[in-house]
Amino acid sequence: MTFSSPLAELTGISKHYGEGETRVDALRHVSLSLYPGEVVGLLGPSGSGKSTLLNIIGCVIEPSQGRMVLDGKLVFDDRPAGGDLRRLRLDKIGFIFQFHNLLPFLNSRDNVAVVLELAGHGKQAARRRADELLDYLEVGNRAAASPAHLSGGEAQRVAIARALANHPRLILADEPTAALDSQRAAIVMDLLRKVAREQSATVLVVSHDEKIFDRFDRMLRVRDGVLDSADG
Amino acid sequence: MNLALRDIRHKLGRFLLTCLGLSLLLGVVLSMIGIYRGLVDDALSLVRAPAAELWVVEAGTRGPFAEASRMPGDTREMVARVPGIAEAGSVTYQTVEAPYRGQTLRLQVVGYEPGRMGGPAAIAEGRAIATRHGEAVADVRAGIDLGDRLHLGRDDYLVVGLTRHHVSTGGDPVLFLSLRDAQDLQFLPKPSTYRRDQARGAPPPALDTINAVVARLIPGVAADAVAHEIGRWKHLGTNTQHQQEAILIQSVVEKARRQIGLFTVILLTVSTVVIALIIYTMTMDKMRDIATLKLIGASDRTIVALILQQALAMGFIGFGVGWGLINLVADRFPRRVLLQAEDALMLGGVVLVVCVLASSLGVRLALRIEPAAALGG
Ligand SMILES: Nc1ncnc2c1ncn2[C@@H]1O[C@H](COP(=O)(O)OP(=O)(O)O)[C@@H](O)[C@H]1O
Ligand SMILES: [Mg+2]
Repeated sequence: MTFSSPLAELTGISKHYGEGETRVDALRHVSLSLYPGEVVGLLGPSGSGKSTLLNIIGCVIEPSQGRMVLDGKLVFDDRPAGGDLRRLRLDKIGFIFQFHNLLPFLNSRDNVAVVLELAGHGKQAARRRADELLDYLEVGNRAAASPAHLSGGEAQRVAIARALANHPRLILADEPTAALDSQRAAIVMDLLRKVAREQSATVLVVSHDEKIFDRFDRMLRVRDGVLDSADG
Repeated sequence: MNLALRDIRHKLGRFLLTCLGLSLLLGVVLSMIGIYRGLVDDALSLVRAPAAELWVVEAGTRGPFAEASRMPGDTREMVARVPGIAEAGSVTYQTVEAPYRGQTLRLQVVGYEPGRMGGPAAIAEGRAIATRHGEAVADVRAGIDLGDRLHLGRDDYLVVGLTRHHVSTGGDPVLFLSLRDAQDLQFLPKPSTYRRDQARGAPPPALDTINAVVARLIPGVAADAVAHEIGRWKHLGTNTQHQQEAILIQSVVEKARRQIGLFTVILLTVSTVVIALIIYTMTMDKMRDIATLKLIGASDRTIVALILQQALAMGFIGFGVGWGLINLVADRFPRRVLLQAEDALMLGGVVLVVCVLASSLGVRLALRIEPAAALGG
């Protein structure tokens, strides 16, 4: 394991949904650290809290309790630390979804460029970087195609290109290979490994897919909202 | 890049079809306003034609456009002699039906003395009435050709001139006759009735009767003062031009105004609801996309702009096409549809407000979408 300082550090993170009768404790006192350059698998049965954990690390939702530091920035310490979560997501995190979630009304290039424009890059610069990224992911020839005309594998590559657009420090993927066959799943995982290595980004992948387990540097297991300490 | 525009282009057919539907709706709103404007303009054409400043009418009445107003024909001379009056003219009004080329025309006959006030505001074709008997000037709306003869009562009239936009409050085209001809037409009994009345020993009919006297003032003279002077004669009433128009608007146009106004409000409400529903469904269709946009860092402003711009685009395309459509068909309406730029501008403003209001439902929905929804699971 690496000895550099962690990119993400979670200490005693809990999350519950609802109150009283309907209260669900999705996460209980989860502590973990993620380091630059590693590809980490997040495993666990359905309903165990994987997506909740991913959402918290991704600054999509706030925990109920605990402390989280992301890239040296305190995000939460039993209460919101007051930062702009949206801006944090835009600047530091790339998301990859189970179903690529490309915007159907934009072609491949613009699906990537839109993230850059949201971050304040100029139109031309955004397009240039989008084309570079599509080439890097070997879908440069599909830049003008609309998502409806992409195959599952192509769409996921474009989605990865989008996730990489803003040079994120952290890439979060929720079941990115669930909709792909094993060959394409392996290709996508290899791409993520390449990204982690070449951009020294942290990749956290939620997965059920045993076929890709060998692509992870290490694996975290959640059960009923609790992280198995053996892997943490 | 403009997300609203891209989304529109992605579903262009659906968007344009929606715009077309909206344009028909807004076209109807515009035509309602145009019909109303036409109605007011038409209704006032009769009272504006003589370009009078003062109307002298039968005492105790509100004038010939509200009720029956009769006075002896020599009233004009009396009025003309009142200090402050520059000129005066006698006028009669009546509605007639006349056969023309196998059809029955309903006409508003206006009698006036050629050379005096009370005639048409302008002649569009041909000339004004020049003789005291047998000539007529008709409005083009009547569909009578210049030089044709028209049979009215006992006589034939030669149409020597045509006017434009001279119609009665009910929309009937105006036919100008000389005062004598008009009086004969209105007050001369049919031969059979005349003989019977004479046999009974009834007094001969008062042929020299008029409905009103129109007058212009010497510049600088106050209409109120002259009106007061004429009113002192007791057997005459007076209205200034402004009062006369107000009476007409009140008695004739007011109901139509409220009717059309209410209908316009209903149509605008329907338009608002329609736009709101369209925008709401468009937003519903994009819930996942909006969640994704939020997740990858789009601000609420970006999301609101996406929805609002689409609503405004829809409103303005719908409005523009509606305006174009109604201009194409306006002349085919049986009554005048008066399309005024300022009305269009006002409705454009209303459409803007309506679009903003209508999109608020979609905007509220969009703002409530959680970015977490994009991950789904
Ligand atoms: N928004 C939510 N509101 C209420 N309960 C939720 C919500 N999201 C998840 N849960 C509950 O929290 C638990 C963990 O869910 P989740 O993190 O989605 O698990 P996983 O991704 O491992 O399937 C489940 O019991 C789920 O029902
Ligand atoms: Mg899940």
